[in-house]
Amino acid sequence: MLNALDKLMLEKVADLHEIPQGAFNIRKNGAGVQRNTTANIDIITKTDKSGIDVIIKPYTKGESVHIPVIVTEENINDVVYNTFEVGEYSDVVIVAGCGIHNSGHHKSQHDGIHTFFVRKGAKLKYVEKHYGQGEGKGQRVLNPKTIIEVEEGAAVELELIQIKGIDQTKRDTEIRLMDNAKLVVTERLLTYQDQEAESNITVELLGVDSSAQIISRSVAQNDSKQVFYFDLIGRNKGRGHIQCDAIIMHNAQVLSTPRISAHHSEAQLVHEAAIGRIESEQLIKLMSLGFSEQEAEDTILNGFLK
Amino acid sequence: MLELQKVSLEIQGDKGFEILKNINLKFYEKKIYVVTGPNGGGKSSLAKIIMGVYNPTSGQILLDGQDITSMSITERARMGIGYAFQSPPRFKGIKVRELLKMAASHNPEKVNICDLLYDVGLCAQDYLNRDVDASLSGGEMKRIEIATVLARNLKIAVFDEPEAGIDLWSFQKLAETFRNIHMKYDTTIILISHQERIMELADEIIIMSSGMVSAQSERDIILAGIMNNDSCACSTKCVKGVGQSAECVG
Repeated sequence: MLNALDKLMLEKVADLHEIPQGAFNIRKNGAGVQRNTTANIDIITKTDKSGIDVIIKPYTKGESVHIPVIVTEENINDVVYNTFEVGEYSDVVIVAGCGIHNSGHHKSQHDGIHTFFVRKGAKLKYVEKHYGQGEGKGQRVLNPKTIIEVEEGAAVELELIQIKGIDQTKRDTEIRLMDNAKLVVTERLLTYQDQEAESNITVELLGVDSSAQIISRSVAQNDSKQVFYFDLIGRNKGRGHIQCDAIIMHNAQVLSTPRISAHHSEAQLVHEAAIGRIESEQLIKLMSLGFSEQEAEDTILNGFLK
Repeated sequence: MLELQKVSLEIQGDKGFEILKNINLKFYEKKIYVVTGPNGGGKSSLAKIIMGVYNPTSGQILLDGQDITSMSITERARMGIGYAFQSPPRFKGIKVRELLKMAASHNPEKVNICDLLYDVGLCAQDYLNRDVDASLSGGEMKRIEIATVLARNLKIAVFDEPEAGIDLWSFQKLAETFRNIHMKYDTTIILISHQERIMELADEIIIMSSGMVSAQSERDIILAGIMNNDSCACSTKCVKGVGQSAECVG
């Protein structure tokens, strides 16, 4: 059974107020607690290691899969391997948040290794939200790894969001695009206190006329540290664009390394990277509308991370 | 009424530079003032000192008799002063609709955001869900900036070069909008501009040069002077009658 804390964590990471409709698998403190499958979406427990296989039948339209993970105890070290088979010409949303509530003094960690096969002509929206809370000194650590194969004509939209409470994260994302495949990655990251976050995104344009857009926005506050590596590799005719912006505040550090490399004369690759503090003109504008300086700052940051 | 008494503004540095020198001005309610004059004459600094972006080195600023000289931008905004930037900032992730709602949030009157956009010559349908970021052109951004000021219930509204970057059709619309506010509300409108068509809206024109008010009078008197070229917007050191390309010395 899910208690009030569990439900709060589910709301934070998966926008779930109740048990979701459609297919879902809820994992708590290293074990599956609730699951539902549908006629088109099956969820099977792996037999060789910890994790699940999510199998979405071809032509499945308008369905969603929620696979939230909640960690509510200290001293948990959970590693999970999930595989997703997104069938041909299906159109689905997968929400895979992870919330850690650690009130203790020992570290709690969840590492989700997710592998996706997005088949020909399919459309996938994948949302991964990270959230942490708890008053204890125990660290909240999340190290997700996401590997996505996007087949011919398929389209993937990725939303990677970490706004609150994760002390340490190392996120690795690898995506390979075949002919006419499309990818949009939106990353939003906020770190504060002495949190550390590292995000490595590698995208390979393998097929003809594939396209990729990576939009990363982050805010680093207090003594936190962020490290980004974006690697866009054009191996065929196609287009790719990396746009990464960071707002830096207080004593924070941000290291951003966008790399583009072309191995084909018709690969068009662009990268833009910017790190800077909030522009004083932006603050003045909102203050001239009657906002206090703090309200103006919050409004600018909330908009930036939306 | 907004009153500036002996206001001076000096930039600190190795060599102190005086941007505004002993400005004395009174802006009455329900009047339109156009502040004009050569570039670098102190017009934008005057606007910023009214909004509280700059604090005067000396002198006082009074709003309806209350000394607001040391008040912050926020306090002045809440008292009913508004300012449309010459080069408005852009906001990543904030939509036009959201920015206008923020602007209207302190207005006790119900504000129709679509009407605001229409008043500045923009189609609401096309713009409400656009981000206020680099995807907007300079002219579009400028009109949204003006709309954020129109959204408010203001005693004093300052517009810094509102016509810059705005096309002819929108300009007519904008001029009409200023006239409507003038007719409908008691707002004091201060327009900083070089455009004759903007000056035609004025009850009074103020000419600023070298950080000083060099002339202030009713519109027709100043305009006639400018048209007849017997008055110069420059300082007293200007050498007149040396040809059209002559530059001012002051």
